[in-house]
Amino acid sequence: MPSFLFWLFAGVMLIFGALVIINRNPIASALSLVVCFLGLAALFMSLDAFFIGIIQVLVYAGAVMVLFLFIIMLLDLRAEERRTMNWVAFTGGFVVAVSLLVQILAVISRTQMAKQTFPPLASPQTDDVRNVGLLLFGHYNLPFQVIGVLILVATVGVIVLSKRQLR
Amino acid sequence: MSQSLDQIFVSAKQWILSLLSGTPDWVTTIVSILINISALLGVFLTIFALISVLERKILGRMQNRYGPNRVGPFGLFQPVADGIKMLIKEDVVPARADKVVHFLAPILVAATAILTLGVIPYGRNMTPFAIDGGILFFFAVGSTTELAVFMAGWGSNNKFSMLGAMRAIAQMVSYELPLIVTTLPVVMVAGALSPDAIIAAQDGYSFGIVPHWFVTTPWGAAAFILFFVSGLVESNRTPFDVPEGESEIVAGHMTEYSGFKYATFFLAEYFGMFAISGLAVTLFLGGWHAPIAVLQFIPSYIWFFLKLSALLFVYIWIRGTLPRTRVDQIMNFAWKFMLPMAFTCIIAAAVWHYQGRGLAGWLWSLAVITIVYLTLSLLLETKKKFAPRTYRFVE
Repeated sequence: MPSFLFWLFAGVMLIFGALVIINRNPIASALSLVVCFLGLAALFMSLDAFFIGIIQVLVYAGAVMVLFLFIIMLLDLRAEERRTMNWVAFTGGFVVAVSLLVQILAVISRTQMAKQTFPPLASPQTDDVRNVGLLLFGHYNLPFQVIGVLILVATVGVIVLSKRQLR
Repeated sequence: MSQSLDQIFVSAKQWILSLLSGTPDWVTTIVSILINISALLGVFLTIFALISVLERKILGRMQNRYGPNRVGPFGLFQPVADGIKMLIKEDVVPARADKVVHFLAPILVAATAILTLGVIPYGRNMTPFAIDGGILFFFAVGSTTELAVFMAGWGSNNKFSMLGAMRAIAQMVSYELPLIVTTLPVVMVAGALSPDAIIAAQDGYSFGIVPHWFVTTPWGAAAFILFFVSGLVESNRTPFDVPEGESEIVAGHMTEYSGFKYATFFLAEYFGMFAISGLAVTLFLGGWHAPIAVLQFIPSYIWFFLKLSALLFVYIWIRGTLPRTRVDQIMNFAWKFMLPMAFTCIIAAAVWHYQGRGLAGWLWSLAVITIVYLTLSLLLETKKKFAPRTYRFVE
């Protein structure tokens, strides 16, 4: 893919990622997060990982964000907008963020792997849906099944909790 | 002769591209994409205009009246008059609305509807946007519609809009599950996620008259009905149009939209209906294949659009027949009936496959579906003709 598309989507992701935390309005933050996810999906697709990109849109932009927005609707939005800036929290957060950034940069500059370019995929024309399926139902079959049971347990738990006071 | 007629649009595109043979590659690519987009938009805008007047005429006939018949011959120019009216109307934006979100919602809803139309094969070698995971792409883009509806409802800053958006999202999220789960047996049997491969898997005829479409198998027929009902809900059509129930919440999430923006929502709704019907044709009705072997000389795209218009007629027919359902009825139906039946279709398809895809498999899968259907109807029977309505949270 042309590199200008990479810079375009990476730039979009960074801008909207920043908007997520800059916005006072929770809904605007959530919508910025959607754009951020779409940029990430575009980056996946540019790496020939169509399946991962589409799943990114389907699961995150589609399902998870709708859930977020539903929850935000149930909260008191005005309280968040009225809140004034807390300078102590701001300074603390700034220090933590900057130290994290410095640390990551230091680690990357010392690692040998970061200096060499990654080799291209074995064949960019491979059917990535088939590859993901084979890996998921072959090598990682047991963890996959366990996660299925875990989600079932969570579902049953939610039903039990929400039905308790109705009896 | 029939071969060249079948490929006439493909050849026309090749001819236009051959005029640009001296130019660099990216020019050819962009022109090729633009041809696809303009053909898609041209065809579906025409169908939209036609269906908007035909729907009113058919509904009129069903309700024992004429329907629009003043503008042009048989009222066929009615969409032109409607379009002019929509365009010159004042565009009202509420003072307390979130201007950006309010403005972006109709654009997003139309863009997603048009994108979903792109992955459907309209004829032999006639897929505008052919990718491996076409079915997944359809659902991924389709699920973004919920965000657009939310943006419309929330950005309008109106309680009717908000209620309409909440209703719309709740029913869309609920029915997206049966919609996706009913496509799974087709994907499993065809062994592919691309619409072209799924249509190729439905090629061939038994005795020259019974096509090998998935709808001719018991699991396929059940999945097709479930898919069609979910499609009705996803495109907010009667009897599932509670998000815009006029008598309760004005026009739902579209309450605060006027003029061209309202028309865009209207257009997106119809485009969504075309896309769901097109996908149903692709998945279950054999796509562009002819229904019997001797009729294969008729071009493939004609068969596709005949099947599409048949499905669209059923949409209008249902709208003229059934009254609007209640919100709680829609939700109960989704979770208690549609979802278990959708999972049954997967099991029935597996039974059909492992019994050798023959008559034995046909009967076994019919048995599976019948047993589950009867059990579900026994369990869901309330023994009361009209269950009393309970207001749990209003005491």
